Amino acid sequence: MAIKSKPRIKVPSGAKAGEIIEIKTLISHEMETGQRKDSTGKPIPRAIINRFTASFNGKTFFEADWFTSVSANPYQAFFYKASESGEFTFTWKDDDGSEQTAGAKLTVA
Amino acid sequence: MQLRSWTPSRRETMGLGLTALLAAALAPRLVLATEEAVAAELKKLYGDKPMADGKIKLDLPEIAENGLVVPLNIDVESPMTDGDYVKAVHVFADGNPLPQVVTYRFTPQSGKAAASVRMRLAQTQNVVAVAEMSNGALYTAKAQVKVTIGGCGG
Repeated sequence: MAIKSKPRIKVPSGAKAGEIIEIKTLISHEMETGQRKDSTGKPIPRAIINRFTASFNGKTFFEADWFTSVSANPYQAFFYKASESGEFTFTWKDDDGSEQTAGAKLTVA
Repeated sequence: MQLRSWTPSRRETMGLGLTALLAAALAPRLVLATEEAVAAELKKLYGDKPMADGKIKLDLPEIAENGLVVPLNIDVESPMTDGDYVKAVHVFADGNPLPQVVTYRFTPQSGKAAASVRMRLAQTQNVVAVAEMSNGALYTAKAQVKVTIGGCGG
């Protein structure tokens, strides 16, 4: 299954310089493991999101490779040390090659 | 099964998954990964480099009622400066059909080498984490999770 729904992101809108903020993300995806069989006994092929990337002002600061053991509708939380105002870009890469991105703005006081 | 005596490549690992499926069709239980499979993955990544205990905090439930969604919080102790930070963290589940769970790559800009994710566990098993520091040092930690209802197969 390709990525089809809008990801959900929780990022604080503002932070102090040097503050470490938590970012939470959630995307809808079946994360089909390739281990299951359909009703006729044929294996259902693997179809997962295999990579999540987080960048700020174009610079990647966190990357996750997901394997088949990651639950359906993958949730990922991680941290970022705020230094300047700018924009986050989050990317989810599907096994089928498709990508979904989402963004969020951060203002550093 | 020959699961224990050889180091599978990625393709062979996929093949193993298929073999496991086939075995599942014949036998009542899935053929699952083993501690040896985790050791083989680690050997591929880091060779025979020694690993020390510590630095990693694995926050996992002792008992997971639902193996489909097991929360994992991982936190590696590090100042996360340009000169001293956690480069990568690998998480394995030694009783799942395929042992890899996640690989994280951190940067000093991450601020904290910590992350939370939800994973599937097929049965009661150990979750193993390995952290690679910017100076190349390796640390490992292990925790057992008891699973009441498995999160794979079906």
